[in-house]
Amino acid sequence: MTHAALHAAATLTPTMHTTGAFSFTWLLVVIPLTSATVLLLGGRRTNSWGHLLGVAAPVASFVLGLILFAQLIGKPASERSFDNHLFSWTFVGNFKAPANFQIDPLSISFVLLITGVGSLIHVYSVGYMAHDPGRRRFFAYMNLFVSAMLLLVLADNYLALYVGWEGVGLASYLLIGFWYHKPSARTAATKAFVVNRVGDFGLSLAVMLMFATFGSFTFTNVFGAAGSADHATMTAIGLLLLLGACAKSAQVPLQSWLGDAMEGPTPVSALIHAATMVTAGVYLVARSAPIFNVTPTARLAVTVVGAVTLLFGAIIGCAKDDIKKALAASTMSQIGYMMLAVGLGPAGYAFGIAHLLTHGFFKAGLFLGAGSVMHGMNDEVDMRRFGGLGKYMPWTFATFGLGYLAIIGFPGLSGWFTKDAIIEAAYHKGGTSGYLLGSAALVGVVLTAYYMTRVMLMTFFGEKRWAEDAHPHESPEVMKWPMVILAIGSVGLGYLLVLGSRFADFLAPVVGKAEDTAFKPIGLVGILTFVVMLAGIGVAYLQYGRRRVPAVAPVAGPLVVAARHDLLGDAFNESVFMRPGQYLTRLLVFFDYRGIDGFVNGFAAFIGGTSSRFRRVQTGFVRSYALSMFGGAVVLVAALLLVRG
Amino acid sequence: MSFPWLTVIGAVPLAGSIVLAGLPSARTKLAKQVALGTTLVTLALAIAMAVQFAPKGDRFQFTEQVSWISSFGVHYALGVDGIALVLLLMTVVLWPVVVLASWHECESTRFSAKSYLALMVSMETLLIGVFVSTDLFLFYALFEAMLVPMYFIIGSHGTSRSSYASMKFLLYSLFSGLLMLAAVIALYAVGPGGKDAFLYSTLQNVDLPVNDARWLFLGFFFAFAVKAPLWPFHTWLPDAAAESPVGGTVLLVGVLDKVGTFGFLRYCLGIFPGASHWFTPVVLVLAVVAVIYGALQAIGQKDLLRLIAYVSVSHFGLITLGVFAFTSQGQSGATLYMVNHAFSTGALLLIIGFMIHRRRSRGVSDFGGMQKVTPILAGTFLVACMSGLSLPGLNTFVSEFLVLVGTFTRYKVAAGIATIGIILASVYMLWMYQRTMTGPVAPAVEGAKDLSLREKLVIAPMVAVIVFLGFYPRPVLDVINPAVGATLQHTGNSDPPPVVQTATNGGAS
Repeated sequence: MTHAALHAAATLTPTMHTTGAFSFTWLLVVIPLTSATVLLLGGRRTNSWGHLLGVAAPVASFVLGLILFAQLIGKPASERSFDNHLFSWTFVGNFKAPANFQIDPLSISFVLLITGVGSLIHVYSVGYMAHDPGRRRFFAYMNLFVSAMLLLVLADNYLALYVGWEGVGLASYLLIGFWYHKPSARTAATKAFVVNRVGDFGLSLAVMLMFATFGSFTFTNVFGAAGSADHATMTAIGLLLLLGACAKSAQVPLQSWLGDAMEGPTPVSALIHAATMVTAGVYLVARSAPIFNVTPTARLAVTVVGAVTLLFGAIIGCAKDDIKKALAASTMSQIGYMMLAVGLGPAGYAFGIAHLLTHGFFKAGLFLGAGSVMHGMNDEVDMRRFGGLGKYMPWTFATFGLGYLAIIGFPGLSGWFTKDAIIEAAYHKGGTSGYLLGSAALVGVVLTAYYMTRVMLMTFFGEKRWAEDAHPHESPEVMKWPMVILAIGSVGLGYLLVLGSRFADFLAPVVGKAEDTAFKPIGLVGILTFVVMLAGIGVAYLQYGRRRVPAVAPVAGPLVVAARHDLLGDAFNESVFMRPGQYLTRLLVFFDYRGIDGFVNGFAAFIGGTSSRFRRVQTGFVRSYALSMFGGAVVLVAALLLVRG
Repeated sequence: MSFPWLTVIGAVPLAGSIVLAGLPSARTKLAKQVALGTTLVTLALAIAMAVQFAPKGDRFQFTEQVSWISSFGVHYALGVDGIALVLLLMTVVLWPVVVLASWHECESTRFSAKSYLALMVSMETLLIGVFVSTDLFLFYALFEAMLVPMYFIIGSHGTSRSSYASMKFLLYSLFSGLLMLAAVIALYAVGPGGKDAFLYSTLQNVDLPVNDARWLFLGFFFAFAVKAPLWPFHTWLPDAAAESPVGGTVLLVGVLDKVGTFGFLRYCLGIFPGASHWFTPVVLVLAVVAVIYGALQAIGQKDLLRLIAYVSVSHFGLITLGVFAFTSQGQSGATLYMVNHAFSTGALLLIIGFMIHRRRSRGVSDFGGMQKVTPILAGTFLVACMSGLSLPGLNTFVSEFLVLVGTFTRYKVAAGIATIGIILASVYMLWMYQRTMTGPVAPAVEGAKDLSLREKLVIAPMVAVIVFLGFYPRPVLDVINPAVGATLQHTGNSDPPPVVQTATNGGAS
């Protein structure tokens, strides 16, 4: 299929006006928003039942989402898009920003992920946050997040999307800094917001460029005209969108905030910094498919960012001893896979989104498992202080284990279906770039298998290296069942989505579809992937299964040290942006005080003769102020008489 | 003749301030009640008038016109267009809020409480007058008279720093005002003269020689640029904002400074459209520098009030940028920004006032961990900070984005550089929040009380406006748009058409 035809396929799908259930789409967003408002304004009075309301809200949205989904799959492919018109938000001249919600196959997929996985994590949090005095505030922020994230994926134009985009940023900021009394948490929160603002800079400019080019920024109008604009403009829009996506999805070079974001409570890491918010960048690229379809340059940039980040994150993951930071690095790496996939264009959109969905399940499960381990180990996060926990936390061990098998791509589990599909699609691209991208993805498989096996072995196997006061125990039921359900998803979802191209066909009206999208797991690439995965497991086993794990990190070579420090991302930012920035502001403050102000004061003193005389003039001036006013009035009248004679 | 709404609205605070001045100094409580009552009546009257405004009707409504000094063609002429109306409403909403916020502060100046409040309330009359006059002479008289109460309020702490700040404010304003005076006189000289010489409707249609218009433009521009203040005429603002009682700072930064940007839009563009176009490149450079420079200064400040003053310098840069972009989005956005800035910066300053009241310090480093001690104060401060950094969904975002997009369609580079401001905004706002509200509780704020009922009443309307105008700015935009349309038509500008013409964007195909 040619690009032009694809773009036609993606944009000619008529958008239906809402009838029936679809006219309630707005409730998806408003329910959790209302709950958050009640919890925040209600204050302490809502402490006793706040968490119950907090759980009920995303569950209600999930149920509504299921109803809408059931309605949608009943429609023929060409009629799977519904717009819920609410009101005109901003309107100046040609600038028309509606507040509309759009349900189509892509947005409903996200709605189900956000509210489904979100509900499970909310339930889990009831147990996890049971002893935290700020639990009500926690649920308020989490509901706020769900609401903003739903707005992000339901918006039918880029400006409304931007509202959700920054709304999730705000929720992320509030939740990373949830334990605001900790200096590390508050710094991490600010850092996440500021780095994301760099991305917002890109997104803002992209919207401005769309408006200048098309006179609109609604999906329908922009996508409909995408083929008529010149190539350079479309590439610029694509690259600016990519900048936004890089920040939100923690892709190189805007990756540095994600590791620090682990300062937030673990359910936050699971929902926001693993399953949903950080994948918004992938959503943005997939949603903008008609833009990226016409600009191979921007697509190439997306794939390069994805490939670099998938290796970057995986290398960091190999060196982290903090279980949450190891998982965060892994998230970065997995999103790199998704970016790589959506950068491939129509051949990869469906695979990227499918991997996003399965990753939402297994990574959320892994994080909840990590939280469960921390819960039983007095909030210890250092894996060198774990060991042998499998026996003490059987449910956590089993569910985490299934998530582990899914993420390394063990045959038959979710991650295998979706990740192998991406690797194949990358090789399938052909040429040098296809070969390089596919190989990067393959190297990523070795590293993923290595670092995840390392996490498994250090946490659940081997000898106990616990702190003296540790009494590990299984988590309560309310935390256990969400982990179980996520584990089931980690096993089965990939099969549901990928086999028989079900998901690709479902998404086709939005992102188009390449002809050859059938998944062939037993090909050459599939076998190669399996072999290198086994190699990764083997190396990790030799290092961490066969040998004792030292309780403190051993002295290591420069690469490992660099990886422990996030491949020097912070050091780079500090030396290139922060320090020069500090010097610049200090210099400017001095300049403002001595330069501009000094000049004005000096000038005034010069006029007044000497500075001491100037001061006398100042004090004397007050007394004669009335006289001066009078004098001024006389001069004014005289002047008027004079000029008009 | 119909009911003289504008005269009455302007006269109420004047009458109130006269009553206040006549009260015995000991009757502090009564003075506060009179001040609050006066400003609330003014608010009620203004709302009663505003609901009758017809956005699609004549440009100037509720007009009044009486000959004042007939030999010079000076009139007492009033009227509001959509732009003046929203600025009038902003003024009358903010005033009672500030009076209520100054409940204790008005007793701690070197004046008696009633004198301080009389100054404050009298200033409302002048501000209303500035926004509603449609005669240049009347405008100029009120514009200069405004300095007097403001001068005394800034210096009302009586310290040497505050008299320095108030003197600096006065000298800057007087000097720039003199240039404008010269321009006003010269305009009279070269203009048509006659019995309507100073009416805005006359001046709008004056056909001036090109060079004359440029010189006269500069006279007006300089006065407004000092008032706004635009870089590099801004250095009086941080001193004035920091030394004045906080209530005065809110009025200064929130309302008084808007006279400058309002002046650009109404007088510079209205009377000198050709010269405005000619000077646009220079103004855009100053505006973009202001956006970035103000933000960088704000990041480096150690004093909360100076920090907000520099934030405002940055935001005034954006407003100026929007005005001189000559697009409907730019100018409507700039006008909306004037309103939004008053509420977001006003809220920030009011809460900082609450903080200063508790800690007796303005230093950023003297605070810390207040979220734990005073969660409601911290929560409202966070909302104000988010509005200050233009979080989408809150009021400032809509105006800021309109300004940027309106500038972008004509001046891509200027808009692109100004957009860096959104990154810097997150730094100065969140860093300020981080240092004051989070982290370990600073010893001096331990045991600090959370917001009192009065303080909640002060901040609630501000937060309500911040949230409401974020979700639904249409009521304000619908009033502004026709007035901006008239301005653009007058300056001979229309929005640049989209590059790609389609059926949906009104293009040819």
